[in-house]
Amino acid sequence: MYSYSDFDTAFLAQRNAQFRAQVERRIAGHLTEDEFKPLRLMNGLYLQLHAYMLRVAIPYGTLNGARMRKLADIAERWDKGYGHFTTRQNIQFNWPELRDVPDMLDALAEVGMHAIQTSGNTIRNVTADHFAGAAADEIADPRPVAELLRQWSTDHPEFQFMPRKFKIAITGSPNDRAVTRAHDIGLRMVERDGARGFEVIVGGGLGRTPMIGKVINDFLPEPDLLPYLEAIVSVWNQIGRRDNKYKARIKITVHEHGIDDIRRRVDERFAQTRAAFSGVDQQMLREIEAHFAPPAFQDADTAPYDHALQHYPAFRSWADTNLTPHRAPDHAIVTISLKKHRATPGDASASQMRLIAGLAERYGYDEIRISHEQNVILPHVHKAALPAVYSALRAEGLATANIGLVSDIIACPGMDYCALATARSIPIAQEIATAFDDLKREHEIGPLKIKISGCINACGHHHVGHIGILGLDRAGVENYQITLGGDHSENAAIGDRVGPGFSADDIVPAVERIVDTYLDLRTGPEETFLETYRRTGMSPFKSALYPDARLAAE
Amino acid sequence: MKKPFTPKVVTANHLLKGDVIYQTATGWTRTLAQAEVLTDEADADLRLLEASQQTGEVVGAYLAEVKLRDGDPVPTHFREDFRATGPSNYAHGKQAELN
Repeated sequence: MYSYSDFDTAFLAQRNAQFRAQVERRIAGHLTEDEFKPLRLMNGLYLQLHAYMLRVAIPYGTLNGARMRKLADIAERWDKGYGHFTTRQNIQFNWPELRDVPDMLDALAEVGMHAIQTSGNTIRNVTADHFAGAAADEIADPRPVAELLRQWSTDHPEFQFMPRKFKIAITGSPNDRAVTRAHDIGLRMVERDGARGFEVIVGGGLGRTPMIGKVINDFLPEPDLLPYLEAIVSVWNQIGRRDNKYKARIKITVHEHGIDDIRRRVDERFAQTRAAFSGVDQQMLREIEAHFAPPAFQDADTAPYDHALQHYPAFRSWADTNLTPHRAPDHAIVTISLKKHRATPGDASASQMRLIAGLAERYGYDEIRISHEQNVILPHVHKAALPAVYSALRAEGLATANIGLVSDIIACPGMDYCALATARSIPIAQEIATAFDDLKREHEIGPLKIKISGCINACGHHHVGHIGILGLDRAGVENYQITLGGDHSENAAIGDRVGPGFSADDIVPAVERIVDTYLDLRTGPEETFLETYRRTGMSPFKSALYPDARLAAE
Repeated sequence: MKKPFTPKVVTANHLLKGDVIYQTATGWTRTLAQAEVLTDEADADLRLLEASQQTGEVVGAYLAEVKLRDGDPVPTHFREDFRATGPSNYAHGKQAELN
């Protein structure tokens, strides 16, 4: 992974010292809250419902053992002993006190981490495929490019006060695990005539106006990436709407102007920005690539793995759901579920973080990833080590065999923590997971992605959930709307709203009715929920959810 | 027709701790039951103005609606209920302090 240069280290120290002074000035009364708020947000510090919240960047979701241990230390020393991994591949600490935040940032800097641009109207943490560098289906590791984008966008003077926030996602695989079509810019690495480039997607996003991004360039040669992205952001920075924050994201700009007009403007701007890039960025990319050289994969006998598969059903069940094929056939990608039934999706305790750090160091070439689905990945584990890894995970409550299943739910913090939320998300996720676990049905149900947001801002990606749940405040009561048929993959689709919402008491039975309907309708276990929905459409699900309406219609 | 004024409390977050606080007749408390209940609109506006000026101690002061139960103010909206107690997934926040 990328190691900080002296320049990076000095930059971060200077930035942290600057923020420490800003905090001191706020406490001394020399800065008002109106003056302080944009400064704290630029450093990832929010004021939420019950406390401050510090959002720490995990660039493209990549960590190592030392960084994970540091997060554990911070959780114990300045928080309540846990952290919350988010759909932006970041981690949030929910309980810091203002005076402690500069010390927390200094502690992060010890391992080359920070909270810069995890908030505010800037280019946010660049997200990437969580299997990057390991996946068998990958064209190339997208992380060196993601790191280049991080360096380019960090403290970029032109892009500190934009109309709104701006999110970039990148994947190196044709199987899109990075939700690239729901980002302001999505990058898909592609090859043409032996040359590497990018399909550039622009104007995607969720929130109150969900949009699937449009292809603005189907093949951008790799050397043109930074000047082209600079042209896109620059065009939007100039013509994006600042009169209404709900219409300020680039998805609205693309929608209002049309992709052809945006493409023309970007091409014009690109002619200028291209000339300003001398090729230094490409030299830097080559240097960055060296940091991401794959580890020297070890050779070992896979007999312990084969034996465990044959003799231990629980291990086999976990292997079936939580392992993904690795580019090296005798290795596997391990997804560690942070979705234990009844637990809070995405939360990890300090001791769990330390265990994961130790496993990564001992068995995983010291590499860890965070997925946008709020799980943790050990991207490179030799199959011979898998039984030991499984046993260690199980002892810490981390071996739930549910990846991609009904209880592997994305849930934003919702009104349990978030000041913007209109309803709770976490208890709904807990109750759904518990309901299906009690009947041990989730393996029978098969792949099914439920995503829950506690407000219209859609941090829980509900629009692209196979079953999406949106929590709203209806006349002072929590109410949950359901969408069906969303898809976050390369076939991205926004889910269809089924009908009137359900109360907090009724939402779990409603989800059960949807699943029961699917099980009745599917042609066989091999037909997934999404396939069934696409085949049958919404009608049978609607009838199951609103039987009274059906009777009235009859 | 103008809606009749309903009882309110002034609430905010503490600058240093970030936690939820409520205005009393003489200062601030972390317990809603001890908050000063404002039943007069002009008085409520004035008390909010006073709270908003205490920028060295509080952040984001506003008026939250309450009703009286056995003489104590309790929230009328679920958001204020969570602010008064804490998250529902862990016994953290005020519920930890009360237990």
